[in-house]
Amino acid sequence: MTMGRIIINRDRCKGCTLCSTVCPQNVIFMAENQLNAKGYHPAMLVDPDGACTGCAVCAVICPDVCITVYRETTQRTKAVREAVTI
Amino acid sequence: MELVMTPTEMQVVYEHPRSLADVPTRYCPGCTHGIAHRLLAEAIDELGLLERTILVAPVGCSVFAYEYFNADACQAAHGRAPAMATGVKRMLPENIVITYQGDGDLVSIGAAEIMHAAARGEQITTIFINNAVYGMTGGQMAPTSLPGQKTTSSPLGRDTHLTGAPIRMSEVLAQFDGAAYIVRRSLHDVANIRKAKKAILTALKVQMAGLGFSMVELLSSCPTNWGIAPEKALDWIEENMIPHFPLGDYKVRDDVKAL
Repeated sequence: MTMGRIIINRDRCKGCTLCSTVCPQNVIFMAENQLNAKGYHPAMLVDPDGACTGCAVCAVICPDVCITVYRETTQRTKAVREAVTI
Repeated sequence: MELVMTPTEMQVVYEHPRSLADVPTRYCPGCTHGIAHRLLAEAIDELGLLERTILVAPVGCSVFAYEYFNADACQAAHGRAPAMATGVKRMLPENIVITYQGDGDLVSIGAAEIMHAAARGEQITTIFINNAVYGMTGGQMAPTSLPGQKTTSSPLGRDTHLTGAPIRMSEVLAQFDGAAYIVRRSLHDVANIRKAKKAILTALKVQMAGLGFSMVELLSSCPTNWGIAPEKALDWIEENMIPHFPLGDYKVRDDVKAL
């Protein structure tokens, strides 16, 4: 499975929970015992097993554009991209 | 095998669009205005229009839209964004002029302006956010409020005998010959958000090709004034708004289909 990672801008998050409700891997949770600078419970990634695939669904629904999504580039996708560009 | 998972070694697949200013918005948690802003910014980025985009902000929650985009922008009197955009576009025809309006602005006080802009076939693009309520002023009944919907000015629910039925603006504007592209999309889930972005891209292409007036209506949520959680508000759009405001393409002229 493709490996992904998300970085959440904690202080921009308003704790609306939408990202956690759409995540297909259920690896985004609201930090119930933490507050950010605005006083909201921010979303956080809890992914000890590396289940995040970098599908970017959370970033698509985030109303505050807090989420940056990264995905591992595998040898295969590299080869495909090079074939397409040539 | 040890996996080293640092972002620098990975490819960015989703990040903050360049056209969107890197500032916090004043919208409530879970408000889909933020999603609509991001989609518009992504569309402007993808078409490379940032340097020649002029945004006209409305009155309403999105009154500060000019602060949230890196494009040039101005702010119109309540409902008059299409009139201001008409003037801007006629004086600067090379620029891409976009109005961003809510339902209290566009369907109520600005109904005449938007209809005449569409009838004249002005070369502007309108992003119409329909959330069935007046957001900024405290959740009063809008012309788009649903029958029976409780708002601060209709505490017993909207009485259609007294206040009429919701106005479906996309259907109205589709009647005008000057309108080239009129569609309604929703922001209640990821698949529909992706469709909404495609529609915004098409609307901007219509303006780039000079084909006429284009508008994308986006069904949007207002968790604060509806009095429900953001997640439930998205369900509310699907269950209550879409039956009254069916999604679809209301006007796609043949020259737009050929784009």
